[in-house]
Amino acid sequence: MTTRITIDPVTRIEGHLRIDVEVENGRITKSWASGQMWRGIEKIVLDRDPRDAWTILQRVCGVCTVVHAMASVRAVEDALKLEVPLNAQYIRNMMMTAHAVQDHIVHFYQLSALDWVDVVSATKANPAKAASFAEGLSDWDANSRAVMAATQEKLKGFIGSGQLGVFANGYWGHPAMKLSPEVNLMAVAHYLQALEVQRSASKIVATLGSKTPHIQNLAVGGVSNPIATDSEGVLTIERLMQIKEYIDKIGSFLHNCYFVDVAAIAAHYPEWLAMGAGVNDFLSSPDLPLDTKGAKFMTPGGYIPGGNLSAFRAITKFGDPYLASGVAEGVKHAWYTYKNGESELQPWKGETTPAYTEFQDNGKYSWVKSPTFYGKPAQVGPVAAVLAGVATGDKTTVSYLNRLNDKMQALSARKIEPSALNSTVGRHAARVVRACVAYECLKANWQLLMDNIGTGDMTTFNKPTFPKGEIMGVGQEEAPRGLLSHWVVIKDGRIANYQAVVPSTWLAAPKSDRDQMASYDVALLGTPVADPARPLEALRTVHSFDPCLACAVHLTDVERNTDVQVNAL
Amino acid sequence: MAKLDEYIESVRAENGMKSPLRKPDKAGKVLVLGIGNELLSDEGIGIHAIRALANRYDWAEIEIVDGGTTGMELLPQLEGVDRLIVVDAVRAGQPPASIVRLDGDRVPAYFKTKLSPHQVGLSDLLAAMSFKGTAPGHVVLIGVQPVTLSVGLELSPEVKARLDEVVNLVLAELTLNGHPVKMRN
Repeated sequence: MTTRITIDPVTRIEGHLRIDVEVENGRITKSWASGQMWRGIEKIVLDRDPRDAWTILQRVCGVCTVVHAMASVRAVEDALKLEVPLNAQYIRNMMMTAHAVQDHIVHFYQLSALDWVDVVSATKANPAKAASFAEGLSDWDANSRAVMAATQEKLKGFIGSGQLGVFANGYWGHPAMKLSPEVNLMAVAHYLQALEVQRSASKIVATLGSKTPHIQNLAVGGVSNPIATDSEGVLTIERLMQIKEYIDKIGSFLHNCYFVDVAAIAAHYPEWLAMGAGVNDFLSSPDLPLDTKGAKFMTPGGYIPGGNLSAFRAITKFGDPYLASGVAEGVKHAWYTYKNGESELQPWKGETTPAYTEFQDNGKYSWVKSPTFYGKPAQVGPVAAVLAGVATGDKTTVSYLNRLNDKMQALSARKIEPSALNSTVGRHAARVVRACVAYECLKANWQLLMDNIGTGDMTTFNKPTFPKGEIMGVGQEEAPRGLLSHWVVIKDGRIANYQAVVPSTWLAAPKSDRDQMASYDVALLGTPVADPARPLEALRTVHSFDPCLACAVHLTDVERNTDVQVNAL
Repeated sequence: MAKLDEYIESVRAENGMKSPLRKPDKAGKVLVLGIGNELLSDEGIGIHAIRALANRYDWAEIEIVDGGTTGMELLPQLEGVDRLIVVDAVRAGQPPASIVRLDGDRVPAYFKTKLSPHQVGLSDLLAAMSFKGTAPGHVVLIGVQPVTLSVGLELSPEVKARLDEVVNLVLAELTLNGHPVKMRN
């Protein structure tokens, strides 16, 4: 018997995503990921001053404010071939890495842990056993029996007062939940501690960005933070020392909790290291520039066809033609139309004209366009970035991957091979490695900034000047969810075209012009579904990509309460 | 203030809120939070209201935040808040440009069933905070039913015409709870 399951909306994500799957003999055989919001945001910046675009575009998404702001200024800088002072690069790098750490922690603990952790089961745990399990894995000072017991009390009170319903769609007691009550309790304790730590990361962004949640310090050509060693209201040594304290707090949590919890989930759910593989061609961008031109980076990026690390081809600089010539977006299955037929358009020539139909299984069914790299879909995100690190022998990436495997082997006899990162749990593993790499780079950029200020260099900004005529630029970025690119065409100092190709577009896209599936659909095929009314397994795989579709915008339907529909076919 | 009293009562009555007004509470920390996407015309009413409030009044004592479409990032601002006043576009099945006021348990219940990028974020944050035991003691939502959500930085004329009422309603909430704010000079 074939059953069609529609999950609409997928909860605990940013934005509005619908997933339709067909289940035959307990496994998913067909899948359609569909973005349910129109992305017309590019139109709003048309004819504006390119220096202002970033302030508007950071409003596109509530999760990725820093990320879109950064890609936008980079796009304009690339068009102008404008160099960015070293201090500004370091400050930007710190903001990006602090944001990435915060984003990964929130994703793991607040948005996806509930797919693996049964919080109700934690009420049955023995707090002493939970503490000794946790203490055996790290020397974190908040794993004591007292902490576990207090967490359990809090949890019992919370459930007892009937408040558990505030967590949308937690599948408590589902047969696919496998952690012991003690491991569940440890995870709940870390869930609460994660809230504290992500605050520290937010404060770094707020201190550097002058304001939060929307930053104010970016500028085309640098940053607007005046640096002074002795004055109030600017980036002082005192503030930088405060930032260092936040950085240290983050490091301790990453190493002692996030790392341990991912290893525990991987060890207890090993079958999910063999399920949920997305597209096997990977694309990432180098990032965290260490020079003024954007040609020397802290983290590598490039293309890996067929998962073959030895075939890695690097993207070597901002605006690399290898990237710019390779990216195109199709609309054969998306609710848009192009002026001259429907074949793919390179983003500088991109169009955003809506053409809504109903949901057509074999026609148009999503507001997300279908991006390709030299004609093929690609998987972007932490797996692509970690694999680029492995392919190039990046020391930080490789050492953290090894450390994760050490933790894994303390819990089970298993190891996560690089090829297994392309799986549902593998994506969480790749993400914790990326969070640790971001932390190391955050620390390093802090030191680079201090050292550079020490040389007497206080420059943070190069003034842009806009030529007559038409110029084009791409702002590329290895964002927390993967490769983000903003594409701008500037004519006589005004924006003539703008397109954003965002990570979730690469992953959640409908089929391409050549009917190739993108990663969500590929990953869902073969996934078991024990109970069609509670499709936890499908959600695990979708959540593992950290969907963020808010940069797709516009609501189409707002007052539905049902989120899972099951129909026999 | 008599007029504001009447006004807030009338809005409460429209929403079936019969309970008496809370007694002024001087102690707790108050946060006025505007949320919404200002790129989508009326979806940005919360942001427009916050800007109007911030420009016209003196906020030395009370925190006022333009939250945009963010969620978890608002944790530092929300920690320790006793009284949270949220201004937002709401889809409550009312005629376009209606003003709506929700309080108490109806606010989290409302957020939970609503499909919108930013409310999902705020509701996840409030859920996490109530689990942690640090959720604001009182949450009031002041909203406007949008006329249009089309792409654009301007409010529709109908919603724009009600902006001052929204501003006054926020002032009334503050005043009636013992936290009046002064006009800027």
